[in-house]
Amino acid sequence: MITPPPLLTVKDLRVRRGGVRVLEIPSLIVEEGSILSLIGPNGGGKTTLLQTLACLIRAEDGEFFFKGEKVSSSHGLLQYRRRLAMVFQEPMLFDTTVFRNVASGLKIRGMDRSEIEKRVKQNLQRFGISHLVDRSARKISGGEAQRAALARALAIQPEILFLDEPFASLDPPTRESLMEDLEKILRQTNTTTIFATHDRMEALRLSDRIAVMNQGRILQIGPPDEVMNQPGDEFIASFVGVETILAGRVVRKGRGTFIAAIDGKEVEAVGEVEIGEPVVFCIRPENVTLAVPPYPEATSARNVFPAMITKIVPLGLYYKINLDCGFPLVAYVTGHSLENLSLQEGQVVSASFKATAIHVIRKTNKAPFPYSTKIAAVNDRGESSDSPFL
Amino acid sequence: MDLIFEGILKAFHLLFTLDPEVLGITLLSLQVSGTATLISLFVGISIGTMVALAEFPGRRLVVSLINTGMGLPPVVVGLFVTIFLWRNGPLGFLEILYTPAAMIAAQAVIATPIVMGITLAAIQALPKKLRLQILALGATRLQMVWILVKEARLPLLAGVMAGFGGVISEVGASIMVGGNIKGYSRVLTTATVMETSRGNFDIAIALGIILLLLAYCINLVLTHIQQRERPR
Repeated sequence: MITPPPLLTVKDLRVRRGGVRVLEIPSLIVEEGSILSLIGPNGGGKTTLLQTLACLIRAEDGEFFFKGEKVSSSHGLLQYRRRLAMVFQEPMLFDTTVFRNVASGLKIRGMDRSEIEKRVKQNLQRFGISHLVDRSARKISGGEAQRAALARALAIQPEILFLDEPFASLDPPTRESLMEDLEKILRQTNTTTIFATHDRMEALRLSDRIAVMNQGRILQIGPPDEVMNQPGDEFIASFVGVETILAGRVVRKGRGTFIAAIDGKEVEAVGEVEIGEPVVFCIRPENVTLAVPPYPEATSARNVFPAMITKIVPLGLYYKINLDCGFPLVAYVTGHSLENLSLQEGQVVSASFKATAIHVIRKTNKAPFPYSTKIAAVNDRGESSDSPFL
Repeated sequence: MDLIFEGILKAFHLLFTLDPEVLGITLLSLQVSGTATLISLFVGISIGTMVALAEFPGRRLVVSLINTGMGLPPVVVGLFVTIFLWRNGPLGFLEILYTPAAMIAAQAVIATPIVMGITLAAIQALPKKLRLQILALGATRLQMVWILVKEARLPLLAGVMAGFGGVISEVGASIMVGGNIKGYSRVLTTATVMETSRGNFDIAIALGIILLLLAYCINLVLTHIQQRERPR
């Protein structure tokens, strides 16, 4: 049996704007029915990638296949655009009723009235805005408007959906309820989705895969837990919520474990490395445990340090504790623990973390980053190719 | 004071008894200016939209020319339309000088840049992402332009009103190319000029009131448009 080609295949895509290269994607494959999140700072290229994939921006170079068929300006551009949908951060509704807004994509396709009516009704219902059907798009709230925008996109029954920070300008409760509904609808309809966000929690919730982008490149792509727990470098680590990033050098090796010196302290971690090799340790704040005297006698944590609390920052449900153990360390504790341990700034406590809780990034030889095996960069240039554009 | 008071009284008498001469002048005014505005809509909206959406070298120059055209002095338009329509002028063979047709032509020349300039501004004022959104909805280029024009319909209506307001109150060009011929090419403004110079203030005031009423209606619509909010 021949396996069908992936829904979307991108090769050597490059976009230039005002003489500056703003996007460079050697390879990207999106499988049918999957949800891919693009996370990264603003200006990292997420929007550019989405708009290029939707053929709204002209690519300088590169090829791009939809279900194995090449998409280019001369061939199949409109047909391709009619198989996708896009939702922006701003709802971008038209100055008419909600019904007509949701119907607009179908009307553009020349669908007949009864079918339009059926699809609009279904999608208004899905997004819980049936009661707004005859209201003017000017007179609904921000959350309702974004629901209408999503309903308009899904009414088309797109084969691929591009979402460009659709929740970014909504308040938290509105965002929460909309995200919940959207997730359900995307799974129900099995809609292939590429979703840009700068909020890693949104990405964690919605996606099958996460791609971290910065400066127009995909730095790492993989399943959410892989990207979260095994970031490929310091930038990714800091972006996915690793609070403690420490540079050190391997001083001793044991069986499967090793010890690295970090600011004069010895920290034990797991991994195969060479003595003398520079390494970076990533420690997630939720993996750091704090204790006050009397200390427990035995612990499975291999790394225990006396630490001074330099700062306590409330973060809503929990507190972020900045520690100085000779090297900086960050821990999260709940309000309950903070009270129980009566933690205060300036106090000395015992901070511990397991050797296995450390994600090690090797800085010498081209150690395989988690992503380099997943996306094989297609580097053979020289083949001139049409690029997709407006 | 008596002069004004009496004039106003007589004016209302003329208005309420539907004086055939005043009525004829008013209808011709509406007809000439309405037709001129309609012509200016076709030309102004299509070219205005094109310039708003296209990118080409010299675009700034074109935009500044259009904006200058919005303030075209009617007498200058009157002068050039007269020259063009003069017996041995380039369009003299049409033989329409001193006819309502010539007035329509002159007024269309005045109204077109106004409509064009407002269209240009209105289309450009739409969020740039709206174009991307429309294309992402699968629209052809023509469908996109149509949707954009629909989105800008309120400011465009303002353009229509401004164009119409500009030509219905214009006197220079109409008198020059129409000749203010009684019962044929006499409109509100040209009649007001003439009746005032003759000292027939009652008719002049009646005509003035009609002009004011029209101006008021136009501004009512404009204000209404300005006060509306954009959709999210």
